[in-house]
Amino acid sequence: MFRARSIQSSLSFKDKIISLDYVLIFSIFILGLVSILAMYSTDGGELKYHTNSHIIRFFVFFIMFLILSFIQIRFWHSQSYLIYLIFFILLLGVKYFGLTSSGSKRWLDLYFMNLQPSELMKIGLILFLAKYYHRISIENINQLRFLFLPIVVLIAPLILVATQPDLGTALLIAAGGLTVAWLAGVRVKFFAISGLAFLALLPIAISFLKPYQKSRILTFLNPERDPLGAGYQIIQSKIAIGSGGLFGKGFLQGSQSYLDYLPEKHTDFIFTLFSEEFGFFGSLFILLLYAVIVWRIVKIGNVTRSNFGKLYCYSFATAFFIYVVVNMMMVLGLLPIVGSPLPIMSYGGSSMMAIMLGLGIVMSCKVYKDTPVN
Amino acid sequence: MLSPSSGNTVIKSKLISRRMFLLTAAKAVVMFGIVGRLISLQINEKSKYKSLSDKNRYREWKLAPERGVIKDFFDKEIASNEQVYQVHLIPENSKDIEKLFVRLKTILEISDQRLLILKKIIKKQKPWEPIIVSDNITWSEFSRLNLFLHELEGVKPVVSVARMYPDNSSAHILGYVSQVSAKDLQTKKYLKELHVPGMSIGKTGLERKLDEEIIGKIGFQRYEVNAFGKRVKQIQINEGQAGKSFKTTLDFEVQRYTNELLKDKAAAVCVMDIYNGDIVSLVSSPTFKPNEFVHGLDKDYWESLIKNKMRPLTNKTISGLYPPGSTIKTLVALSALENGIIKPLDTFTCKGKIELYGEKFHCWEKDGHGIVNLRKGIQRSCDVYFYEVARKLGVDRLSETAKKFGLGKKVLKGFIEERPGVVPNTKWKKKFIGQNWYLGETLHSGIGQGYFQSTPLQLCLMTAQIANGGFEIKPRILFDKKNDNLKNYIKYKNDNPNEPLPTDLLVSNFELKPLFKNQEHINLIKDAMYSSSNEPGGTSYRHRLEDRKFTFAGKTGSSQIKRFTEEQRAAEVKQESLPYKDRDHALFVAFAPYDDPKYSISVLVEHGGSGGKTAAPIAKKVIKKVLERHELRKKANRHIGENV
Repeated sequence: MFRARSIQSSLSFKDKIISLDYVLIFSIFILGLVSILAMYSTDGGELKYHTNSHIIRFFVFFIMFLILSFIQIRFWHSQSYLIYLIFFILLLGVKYFGLTSSGSKRWLDLYFMNLQPSELMKIGLILFLAKYYHRISIENINQLRFLFLPIVVLIAPLILVATQPDLGTALLIAAGGLTVAWLAGVRVKFFAISGLAFLALLPIAISFLKPYQKSRILTFLNPERDPLGAGYQIIQSKIAIGSGGLFGKGFLQGSQSYLDYLPEKHTDFIFTLFSEEFGFFGSLFILLLYAVIVWRIVKIGNVTRSNFGKLYCYSFATAFFIYVVVNMMMVLGLLPIVGSPLPIMSYGGSSMMAIMLGLGIVMSCKVYKDTPVN
Repeated sequence: MLSPSSGNTVIKSKLISRRMFLLTAAKAVVMFGIVGRLISLQINEKSKYKSLSDKNRYREWKLAPERGVIKDFFDKEIASNEQVYQVHLIPENSKDIEKLFVRLKTILEISDQRLLILKKIIKKQKPWEPIIVSDNITWSEFSRLNLFLHELEGVKPVVSVARMYPDNSSAHILGYVSQVSAKDLQTKKYLKELHVPGMSIGKTGLERKLDEEIIGKIGFQRYEVNAFGKRVKQIQINEGQAGKSFKTTLDFEVQRYTNELLKDKAAAVCVMDIYNGDIVSLVSSPTFKPNEFVHGLDKDYWESLIKNKMRPLTNKTISGLYPPGSTIKTLVALSALENGIIKPLDTFTCKGKIELYGEKFHCWEKDGHGIVNLRKGIQRSCDVYFYEVARKLGVDRLSETAKKFGLGKKVLKGFIEERPGVVPNTKWKKKFIGQNWYLGETLHSGIGQGYFQSTPLQLCLMTAQIANGGFEIKPRILFDKKNDNLKNYIKYKNDNPNEPLPTDLLVSNFELKPLFKNQEHINLIKDAMYSSSNEPGGTSYRHRLEDRKFTFAGKTGSSQIKRFTEEQRAAEVKQESLPYKDRDHALFVAFAPYDDPKYSISVLVEHGGSGGKTAAPIAKKVIKKVLERHELRKKANRHIGENV
């Protein structure tokens, strides 16, 4: 063990550079370029506000991702709880000092950017639980007293985010946390029980839902219920994607988005816009890029020696995959509109920051794959 | 080397990998689901979404087509189009409609009433649909509007075309155009695809009959619009197609001349070519101003039209029903000859009246005509002679002949205002009045009174068919170069009744239908009519034309409004001394020139008294005018024939 440690600590800078996963970096870079093209199209083919700030954000956070890759995996492990705590405090801060926009309080004004801590919490929770399950022994995993802390750290931010209100992000945070618990070996029966409990509490939860949230769910079940109101987004998104056909209408030719039929085209519906302009093959290309990214993250999880690294990479890969498919299924009319951005593609600094942070940690798992964390 | 803790780690690591494998499988399933959805939307249902997207994207504005023109026989436009200046408004382009209207009122003449209607329309339709603020403004208003246009956001000055009638003389037969009504949209199928707001359609006369073809095809402007309905750019423009133009058989000069003759009278004149049925003139008086209907009718003008006792809106030539009076005597005599009831030289004695079952039947000549045969009966229009003939003939045989000659049915196609009239007989009375026929009524029918009802056009047709030797013709108002050699055809047929037709005549493809059994009978009637107009004692002798080129043969008539009482008869009350509305309608029918008949004419003057005094002088002038223009007409006709 000592020997192994000495090998790891003696990694030269050149070794570290070589051990980076270039397929992953390349895929992310390509996706970033594609997202800039899409953003350029939402601005009507001009370099306007959204495109400019998206370009800046992408490159800033892409560089941050590369830099984070060289931070010791041990650091991430040792500071996991602290990171979670910081994010949690930021979430609390939103509750008291947050900015309100279109009826929900999600952002903190940091002067140079508006930070959405709930996005960061997606990573924070995974980090926390990865460390937690790394540390407890396999016998204890399914002991009730060891389940207590995970439930608390899961529920607490969930309540804060859901009451912002931002149901979509709350559910995505939960998805990440539950993935870690599942991978660590928490028994199926606990998931079943909590699922049943969730169902039992559902009527109460629904009574807490805002009218617009209820309407979204009803509208998902039948979009034609109110074609000019809540169903409008789903219908227009399906029209845009469907009318794209095999090859799409061409770059900057998406009439649905160009003529403002498409709602939220910078953020949640960026895939719709891309799909309208580049058609089925364009959509497949995006899907392929995401699949490669997920595959590379899982591969890094496979080669990482520590269970912390494995748990983190697998969970992040799964969460990332869920973010992608939830967004896509939403714009394809397969899920209700819950408001979840498409990683990297969507306009939004916090989401970009959180994803790049998550990817940075993944890359550090790759660089320090043989380093024991404790 | 392996510590217990490291063994634990390995087990844990294996557990993690196993569970990850399950998750990966689940991911693959979800991926396939998404790809499947993309295939279904972008490949299977592509066309559906494509059309939905286009529907989102494009919006069309319809453009009213230019109405076809109507020309007379000499290609003069009698219903044409003129350039008009209009004000359109697209409500969504205006920030403040109320303010805009206030400003517009200072530039244009718009009534408050019109503004209220406009506001109602704006509320009803989509904000991007244009409305027509005013469809006919003057040039000075139009130029002022253009000057202030920068202050009038949403307002569009438009140069358009609208119907214009150069003259009022043909108002009735041409009809008029006016805005489409809600009822029109329900009843007229062709308007469903054609309708453009602000478009005019034919409401009466030829304008209505030809509406479907004369309207033309609408054009459209296709715009790309954004989600808020704002026009982004024009994609396509289709000007539409102007409506088909039509040439009629009318002679504008004769129309104008006749209309002037009839001024201040409630009267009607029809002139027809006796060989091909071409209607040369069809005038109803008093006339109205059809141009007033094009851009929304003025209320006062409308009131003045509907309150006028002379009924200027009624086309008296085809919608006015009058007892044919003595003009029917030609057919009574013909029917009696054809049925072998009388011989031309059979006589009756007229003592001024006859009595039948205690009822007295008077002749218009109180002292009687003495001994009367057929020729004298028609020449003097002796009522007693025709009472006797009618009694022998019976009403059913008379009605058969009358119907054959075109009475009692519509003779033009496609005019909703045309009325069929009545040719009474025993069956008709049983059916419509529910009573048996009395012999006395046969006597009244014999002089064209009682139940008989006919239009001036029917009487003109009747006369034409006598004049051409007894052959059926179909009156027509639209020019058709076919049947032009009918005259030769009839002549050939008369000269060689049993010969097959030479091929050059067959080309005309005309079905010749004789209305007689013995053409000699027709000639007897024509001769009697000649004597009525041109021999001393004839009822219209005073108004004859002596120049053989113009000499006509006619028959007078008057249709009774009110029966004379015995006291009035005894006092020899004259028509002129009766109140206007109680006076008889004056009638006159004729054909000319007698030696080579070409045209027939019917003249009606409502409450004009006797036909010989008021109707015949009008006929005389019109006949002269028509015959003077005959050579021109023939030339115009030949010219067209050559071109085709």
